[in-house]
Parts: sequence; structure tokens; C-alpha cells
Amino acid sequence: MNGASTAKKRHNRLPAIAQAGPVSLWMILFVTIPMLFIIFISFMTRGSFGGVEYTPTLTSYETLADVIYLNVILKSLRVALVTTVVCLLLGYPFAYYIARKPADVASRLIMLLMIPLWTNSLMRLNAWMLLFQTNGPVNKALLGLGFVEKPVTFLYTDGLVLLGLITNFLPFAVLPMYSSIEKLQTAMLEASADLGAKPSVTFFRVTLPLTFPGIFSAIILTFIPALGTYTITDMLGGGKVLYIGNIIKNQFGTIRNWPLGAALSVLLLLVTALLIFVYSRFAKIEDMEVL
Amino acid sequence: MPDAIVSLQHVDKWYGENHVVKDLNLDILEGEFLTLLGPSGCGKTTTLRMIAGFEDATSGTITVQGERVEEKEPYQRDVNTVFQNYSLFPHLTVYDNVAYGPSIKKVPKAEIRKRVTEMLHLVQMDGYEKRKPEALSGGQKQRVAIARALINNPRVLLLDEPLGALDLKLRKQMQIELKRLQKKLGITFVYVTHDQEEAMTMSDRIAVIRNGVILQIGAPMEIYDRPNCRFVADFIGESNVLSGTVRRVNGTSLSVETPDGMVLTHGDGFREGEDIYISIRPEYLSVQEKPHEGFTLRARVKDFIYMGTVVKTSLDLPNGQELKLSRFEADSSLREGDERFVWWEPEKSIPIHREEGER
Repeated sequence: MNGASTAKKRHNRLPAIAQAGPVSLWMILFVTIPMLFIIFISFMTRGSFGGVEYTPTLTSYETLADVIYLNVILKSLRVALVTTVVCLLLGYPFAYYIARKPADVASRLIMLLMIPLWTNSLMRLNAWMLLFQTNGPVNKALLGLGFVEKPVTFLYTDGLVLLGLITNFLPFAVLPMYSSIEKLQTAMLEASADLGAKPSVTFFRVTLPLTFPGIFSAIILTFIPALGTYTITDMLGGGKVLYIGNIIKNQFGTIRNWPLGAALSVLLLLVTALLIFVYSRFAKIEDMEVL
Repeated sequence: MPDAIVSLQHVDKWYGENHVVKDLNLDILEGEFLTLLGPSGCGKTTTLRMIAGFEDATSGTITVQGERVEEKEPYQRDVNTVFQNYSLFPHLTVYDNVAYGPSIKKVPKAEIRKRVTEMLHLVQMDGYEKRKPEALSGGQKQRVAIARALINNPRVLLLDEPLGALDLKLRKQMQIELKRLQKKLGITFVYVTHDQEEAMTMSDRIAVIRNGVILQIGAPMEIYDRPNCRFVADFIGESNVLSGTVRRVNGTSLSVETPDGMVLTHGDGFREGEDIYISIRPEYLSVQEKPHEGFTLRARVKDFIYMGTVVKTSLDLPNGQELKLSRFEADSSLREGDERFVWWEPEKSIPIHREEGER
């Protein structure tokens, strides 16, 4: 390496650190340290009156291996997976539709998508509960139209939880996919058609691979929060059906078993890390659509 | 004469209120290099896209190899396109980009391998198989794009300003390569460009298009030497255009009165009293101290521009119009500010009928 390029490299490195400095500090203070603390207390002992006793133990992780917890974890994973798949299947065509509209129409459609997001989530959830309660409008309509003979119990069922999850996370799935599809040049599709590909072939060989970053962001933005959520499952599931999120909340709240809550959090963290690792194997991380 | 391989009959294209292609009739001959030349927005790209199938003609018929194609989708048409911005698939390697067409047609893998290798060799891109498009230069991308189109053995290759994004030197080199490739393969090329020099270099025939209408179609020399309207005269090469009125017709010799003096030109079908344009190329313009017979046009030497191989002299007519004269060598007797009489061989100038209302 000659002198000029060495000098250039050194010149480039300094400002990079200077720029990243404050950000790194911020990240360390507000992300890394709390995260390390969570990991730390997950290996500690539960205090007799709540709180944490700083005696190292693996009790929390042993508890997680219990069948009851394993079932909850598996169920949460399954529900999060179903939510994600449904959000992708519903969201992709919708995102595609918006992305192919002129800019002004597209921004209006996105607005419609965003409005529910800006509504307080408790209000939204209460609205779902009102709609689906035993003598709510949905049941009345079903009775009136003669589809059912007595009111259906929707509240506190897995089905309603799933509906709540899907409607809640759909915008998070649509937005990154929209952003990816919008960037896809029509010329790519034309080139594919020009080379003899039917629209279906073009979709699987060009459109889908080129919008994969958006799809993956959508997966991350739906799967991970869906796995950790507790408000939706709490309210629509009525606390009857347990999910990881509810258990974490309860461990830190009423039950006051912080180490167990922390261990569950670590588990969520690992799932997230695994997903991002999988993504980085397939594509460059900077391609990911982050909104 | 060979048959038309692509034929457009009475093709119109409207975008809402915009009539972008107007009653276009065009026969593209088997094996020729035809260029659609015109300023941006003239409808040349739209015409190409209608042949490819990316745009539907509002009315009219388009046939490729004698078969009507208006109802056919792009993937059903036996033409291939080289796009302006290459449009290589960024997620595929060079190999997979070129193999795209045959792999869709379920050509056996070994056969694909053989053909991709052949094609990459043809465009001098051997050894680049594993690269991604992002790791290629503009010229290399364009070569891959050409290979990707040619591997499908199209009878007609459509090229939409394929060299537009390249720098001048590379563009000149690619022009020659493309022309050689076309001759070697004997494929019909339909080429869209707004660069008249590019069109002159490569084409067997040029169709000059303006406002959705083909003004003139013919061999480059024919269009250069015999432009049929003022626009073509201006657009192809450099030209001095004078306006005037025919005063005397003597066989094919016309005496024309311009605002600054009398000149001679040469042409059929003009009548006395008619307002016309005269187009004269800078290389055919001459100046001398005494008036030449039949010419009374005087001009003042404004400046000289040395352009490497030629010297361009600008002359001002009394009415302010500028004339351009070009020579391989500077006329050492001329000084800035000198007054001279302008003349030319009448046969070298082109009289052009003036359209109603044209100035």
C-alpha cells in the first residue's frame, strides 16, 4: 500500500468515529446496558418478597424448560407465525396495488392505512371487544341473517386474538413491502416479459426476489412484536389464553419474579437475533427496508 | 427488394389528449439497420414500445413476420429489446441474466450453458459469468444486455437509446461494435436515438420523426443530401437555411430573392413567386471578393473556430442571420470584419417547399 492511500484511510477513519461517537454512546446507555442488565438478572435468584437477589442460578431457565412454559412458548411462536403469514399474504397484494398507483393516490391510501395506527391501541382493542361481544353488532347481524341460532362466543378466544394481532400488524407489514415494490422498476418487469416470461413467471423470478428486502422487513416488524405483545392478547384473550408477552408482563408485574421474566425476554431476544442472522445469510443487511 | 419483417400501418397512439404517434406507416426490411431518429418526445420510443408490445396502439395494425401482433402480449412476440438503462436483473449474475430467456423456454441446461458462453464471447464478455450487474461498468452492462436479448435468436432486435448513458468515446466504440454485430448476425435492428451523428454512423436507413410523424425516410446520405423539409435539413448535420421568394425559373435553375440579395439554386417543381427555403451545407458555402454570377449576397466575417479537422467561419448577413462555412484549412486571406460575397454551386443547395404558415 502506498503512502497516499494510507493517509486517505486514516483521514476517513477519524470522522467516522467522531460521527458514530454520540450515537454509540446513546445506544450503549439506552440499549446495550439495559439489555445486558436483563441478561444479567435472568441468571439471578428471585427475591423472597419480589425483586432480585444477586445469587447466580439457572433456576429461571430450568423453569422455562417446564412443559407448561414450553407449550406457551410454542403457542406464542405459532400464533406469531400465523399472524405474520396472514399479514404477508394480505399485505403483499395490497402493497403492490398501492405501489402501482400514481403518487398522490398512493399517499392517500397509505394515509388510510396509517389512521388506525394513530388511534390509541386500547381504544382499538375496546372497539373490537364491543363489536364481538355476546350481544354486540356482529352477533346481532349473524342472528338476524339466520346464520346462527344463538350468539357465538368470540371474546377471549384464540380466533379473536389472531384477528386483533393481524389487524394491528398489517400496516407494519404493508409499509416496508410497499417501499420495496415501489422501488421496483417497471423496466425490470418489461425486460422479463420481453425475454418471454409470463406474468406469473415474472412474479416469481423477478418481482418476488427483488422485493425480498421489504418482505423480510415485514416479517421482522410483524413476527417479533406479535411474539412479544401483551396488550392485544391480554384484552382480546382475556388473560385466559397465555402468551409469552403476558407471562413476561406478569412476572415483572403481579407475580414479581423478575429473573423468570428476564429469562423469557432473553428468549425473545434470541429469536430476534436468529431471524436477523438468517436474513444476513441471504442478503445484505443494508438492503433491509426500515421505516 | 427483401420483404418487410415489421410493418406498421396507420398506427396512431393517444395518451389522453396527446396524439403522440400520428397515422404512422413504416415498413422495416429484413436484415436492415433502421434508425428512428428525432428529438425527445417525438414518438420514436413509443413506436418502438408498440412493436415490443409494451404499449398498445390506439388504432392501426402492426405485423411482425407477416403476423398481426396487436393482441399479443410482449412475452408472446418474437422480438427482443435492449433497454435504455440496460434493465439487467440486479439479483442475478451475468450468467443468469443471459440465461434468463432460454431458461424460461425450458431449454436443457447444457444447451443453455453452451449458448450463454457463445453469447458472452460474441459481446466480448468472456469470464464475467459470475459477476453481478452492480460490479460492471456501463459499457459492460450494455454488452450483457445485448447478449441477453440476442440469445433468444430474435429476428428483430429493438434498441431504445442503448448507448445514451455512455460517455462519448465509449459510445463511438460501441456504435461500431453494434453495427458490426448486426452485419455479422444479419438480424434486423430497429434503433431509437436522438443523436443524428449516431444515426448517420450506424444506419442503413433513417426515419426522421417529429411530433409523431415520419418526415423523411431514407439512406443516411440521401437524407443528408436531399432533406425534404427545413426540419430535416436543420436536424441532420449542420445547415444554413435561407428563406426567399422564387423570382425566375429557368428549367431546373431557380433564381431566388432573399432579404439580403439574389441567390441561385437548383430544383424541380417550383414556380415563380413561391416562398421557399434554401438549405446549404457549411462545406459547400464559398466566399470571394467579387460577386459570383447570379449571387448578390454579402456577408461580414465574424469569427473563426478551429475544430481540429475543420475550421468553421461564421459570417453575418446584413439582417443579422449567421451563416456557417467550414473548410479543412483556414482561408489565410480572410480577416475578421472582412466583407465578402457569398455563393455556392446551385446543384449543392437544396430548395425546400415552404409549408403554409411556416416562417
